Amino acid sequence: MGKLTIGCFSSLVGSLSLDFAVKLSEAAVKKGHSVDFWVSSNATMLSKKGQRAFKDYSALAKTLQELFATGKFQATACEACAEARGYGKEDTMEGWKRHSMDWYLASTFSADRVLLIGGD
Amino acid sequence: MATRRLAFVIRSLPYKTEASRLALTHAIASQTVEIYLEDGDLVEPVVCFIGDGVMNCLKNQQAMKNYGLTSIEQHMKNSLLLDLKVLICKEDLDKFGIKEDALIMDAEDIGGETKAQIVPYSEIQKEMEAVDHLQFF
Repeated sequence: MGKLTIGCFSSLVGSLSLDFAVKLSEAAVKKGHSVDFWVSSNATMLSKKGQRAFKDYSALAKTLQELFATGKFQATACEACAEARGYGKEDTMEGWKRHSMDWYLASTFSADRVLLIGGD
Repeated sequence: MATRRLAFVIRSLPYKTEASRLALTHAIASQTVEIYLEDGDLVEPVVCFIGDGVMNCLKNQQAMKNYGLTSIEQHMKNSLLLDLKVLICKEDLDKFGIKEDALIMDAEDIGGETKAQIVPYSEIQKEMEAVDHLQFF
């Protein structure tokens, strides 16, 4: 089984790139692969706890919790990007890590595939 | 001991989105990646500007004056100061009528020795084929 490193920069609401990236992660984990998931820029919104699910907006918290529970998925948010947007450590959803961008580059070192989804 | 090469291919205009800035800051983060890796292992980025992305390389950016932000120019210079390989597509510069003297080609003013290179797209294509992982911004 392989390891995917997925980076995403697009916002949770306003783009479906994060939805696609999380769905892809879910499919990969179901097939037995492991996934390192990196969010930077507006995508750090995904790591914020307390999100309320509405049918008209993307809501991925439940899927993420299920992915974390598999033990084959780890997700990290860019700490500076989150802080710049006012999300402190205390605002971060359980299961998430917060690091600087070198975490993402280090993850690519051992990845079989690196996918940057929603680089805008 | 191993080295993984990553290409950061920048196609986005500066300041319209955060993409080109993120590409450069992620590439620069390669300088501290060792803390997560085994001794001797490295991640080596190459930064390529193609299409509209060549606009990021223009000199005299006034981002601090106009937006109160660090300029892409400063990130370009930091990349060169850290000896990252920076390639700029010649055909795309020609398409926009941009001459070399309008571009950030070095970081001599902050002590850098590495220079950016203007190369034909075929060279960038070769680089993209040679790296381990490719990312488009």
